[in-house]
Amino acid sequence: MTNNSDQPTEMQADTVVSMQGIVKQFPGVLANDRVTFTLKRGEIHALLGENGAGKSTLMNILTGLYKPDNGMITVQGKRVVFSSPNQAIAHGIGMVHQHFMLVPTQTVTENILLGLNEPRFRLNLSKYNAIVKDLGERMGLPIDPTAHIWQLSVGEQQRVELLKILYRGAEVLILDEPTAVLAPQEIEAFFCTLRKMTSQGKSIIFISHKLNEVLQIADRVTVMRRGRVTAEGVNPTGLSIKDLAKLMVGREITFDVTKEDVTPGEVVLSIEDLVCENDKGLPALRGVNMNIRHGEIVGLAGVAGNGQRELAEVITGLRKSTRGKITIHDRDVTHTDPRNHIRHGISHIPEDRHHTGTAPNLSLTDNVIMKSYTHAPISKGWTINQVAADRYATDLRSAYNILSPTIKTPVRLLSGGNLQRVILAREISTQPALMVAMQPTRGLDVGAIEGVQKLLLLQREAGAGILLVSEELDELLALSDRIYVIFEGRIVGEVMDKDIDRIGFLMCGTSPDKNEAMGEKND
Amino acid sequence: MTDLAPVKSNNRFPFQIRFEPRLGELKWWQSLLISLIALIVSLLVGALLLSVVGGNPWKAYSHIAKASFGDIGVFSDTMVKAIPLILIGLACSVAFRMKLWNIGAEGQFFLGAFGASIVVLIPIVPDGSPAWVYISVMALFAMVFGALWGFLPGYLKARFNVNEVISTLMMNYIAVAWNNFFIYAVWSEGGFQMSKMFPRAAWLPRLTDFSKQIPELRGLTTHAGLIFALIMVVVVWFLLSRSRWGYEIRLIGDNPKAANYAGIQIKKNVILVMMLSGGLAGLAGMSEISGVVHRLQGAISPGYGFTGIIVAWLAKLNPYLVVIVSILFGGLILAGREIQPSGIPKLIQGIILVSLIASDYLVRNRVRIIRRTED
Repeated sequence: MTNNSDQPTEMQADTVVSMQGIVKQFPGVLANDRVTFTLKRGEIHALLGENGAGKSTLMNILTGLYKPDNGMITVQGKRVVFSSPNQAIAHGIGMVHQHFMLVPTQTVTENILLGLNEPRFRLNLSKYNAIVKDLGERMGLPIDPTAHIWQLSVGEQQRVELLKILYRGAEVLILDEPTAVLAPQEIEAFFCTLRKMTSQGKSIIFISHKLNEVLQIADRVTVMRRGRVTAEGVNPTGLSIKDLAKLMVGREITFDVTKEDVTPGEVVLSIEDLVCENDKGLPALRGVNMNIRHGEIVGLAGVAGNGQRELAEVITGLRKSTRGKITIHDRDVTHTDPRNHIRHGISHIPEDRHHTGTAPNLSLTDNVIMKSYTHAPISKGWTINQVAADRYATDLRSAYNILSPTIKTPVRLLSGGNLQRVILAREISTQPALMVAMQPTRGLDVGAIEGVQKLLLLQREAGAGILLVSEELDELLALSDRIYVIFEGRIVGEVMDKDIDRIGFLMCGTSPDKNEAMGEKND
Repeated sequence: MTDLAPVKSNNRFPFQIRFEPRLGELKWWQSLLISLIALIVSLLVGALLLSVVGGNPWKAYSHIAKASFGDIGVFSDTMVKAIPLILIGLACSVAFRMKLWNIGAEGQFFLGAFGASIVVLIPIVPDGSPAWVYISVMALFAMVFGALWGFLPGYLKARFNVNEVISTLMMNYIAVAWNNFFIYAVWSEGGFQMSKMFPRAAWLPRLTDFSKQIPELRGLTTHAGLIFALIMVVVVWFLLSRSRWGYEIRLIGDNPKAANYAGIQIKKNVILVMMLSGGLAGLAGMSEISGVVHRLQGAISPGYGFTGIIVAWLAKLNPYLVVIVSILFGGLILAGREIQPSGIPKLIQGIILVSLIASDYLVRNRVRIIRRTED
């Protein structure tokens, strides 16, 4: 380690935070591998990377939640070791988490004062209301300090979170995917606010995996991939989304997938003019049309949060559509419950394998029979044939190479890759007509990814139609026979020839070749 | 900006205790051992408290043991207390397996008692019917009325997402008041707040009823409700661990999202499980009315509905363990009257409960003693 951080040189005079050689090891994962990161005063520095790249770990180290195994952090030129978030905030470093931590029944001011030493006993609210209001106006975060949190929109709640850390004297603001909760029209205003804050001398770390936003707002970009920095503090001017994607995904690792020739059969799923809302009641799908045939893998490309999850949920019956029609094998299944969708041969690899895909405290057996317990031989009248269920689990365990001590082990004790194999084993063994696979390889290591991809290809050869939703473009390109691109709840194009540039443009909603796309569809 | 030094601990002791989540599973004997140690610890804590207030703990304990398990007579009385606890413990186990917090077993118990009583008091079956008609119709009505009392909060939860803790708790008061209305106003017997005595045919047979044939049974009050309870133990065990419905209940209990994803109708199951739970608690009401007091009256429960919650919890929702825990608690309830109307036995109950629940932390976490590193 060099000693340059102890003596601020002129070049570093405007450096607020510097993290050098940060190493953090978690069981089985090297989350941060000699990571270097610097933040200058008054800049918006984007920290870019896929899920699991180590962004959150790095920021949790900076805010004192985790302790690094190695490395050095300097704030304003002084070396610091934080052992709690309170120490970080005392040094002017505050973080706004993706999920807000506000008390809905209290007012804005009360939430901001929560947990502070001052005021000590008597709440002189009107005095603090004025302070909060003034701070908000100065920072470009106008808010009514007497409003209750539950009355506020998500965008306004975010302002309260920002005010909360500004009130605590934050000079460095870490924003964890701040735009994920905002509607598109709110994002513009939000970016203006960020600019206003940096003009007041605040520095901002902007965590994101949305490339277009990063290009729009960031002064500098640091890209992380699998725990390492692949680009440190580069200036995004002159960079394209493609360049960033390359740094983020690491194009040098292309998956070598051998695909058998399969002639697609008849249409298994067709969707017409599908409209639905997301959890917040905002439109998520705005008229989706698509079809999937037997024996083909159809990719769905798009930046996260453009309606992919909602589409998968509507197809599998977990979410109600407000308009449109879903047919499987020419039978209308719109507005029916998940049970009916399962009966029609739709299987689903959910995005969230812990919260949706498995019952963590139940045994491996209980988890693999989830979709087949209503059929013989596992079902025997109204009872479950435990012997048959155990045999089924044992068979799947060896066929899919699930590493678990016994079939009675609760699945919460399995690793991510093994858990994903449990889900795949269950979903594939029902011999589905259509499989909806959401991010099936996310968070898995290379070996596990290969295994999962092979299983998907085998399903294709067996004649299943597969809708593959993934944010990994490489994976989509390697596995898919054709790719739909989704943007803001609409299918904006269909790409047959693996043209990555076109996919990239379509994903961002900019479509220079719109006419061409239309022409292709008409063919 | 202040300059903070890295935090240094004042504690110079070179070792520290740390709790870490267990990664593996516990063997059955390990969790049994932990529960046993918790039980012993709670008795020791109780002994400490007893000696602080000037009592002799060993005398008190031996007295409790004698008063509830000392001879066949008192053991029979203990079983009488255990019967409603078993049934209510089962009722709570079924609901708790699905993480449905039915706090309303007390009310369902009273409604069950009411349902059993109307069979005699309206009457539903003609006077002079044979015992098997009385008993089976009373059991059926008790379960139906208990299930109805479970259906209401279940429906409210499924349809309007009303918190079942509040609704079941509140419905307890309605149930007690409902019973009071009838014993004060409708069926009061000679100014007393109780109905007339049921005919002998509506009594559950007791062991003492057979003392003519077997003299040793004279004075033993254990009644045929025990048979109902034990049958229900097997039925509930079979339902929970062998049936398709039990699998659905387990799945919903562990992860409702996954259950929904597996195509299980959660709302329907919420209502059905609440009805089954209410029905079991209702049967406990019938067995108390028909086996012990032989009339409808107030104060038929010293809080069975609430003790049943504790029983289910301590038995870790296992139907067979419910029997053992119920007998233990039946003994404590009985000894309570021997020693003190309220106080020591309740206190010991409380300490046992707290230590067993606390011991759950050791089931999920392991203790490690590690060397404090300089850092």
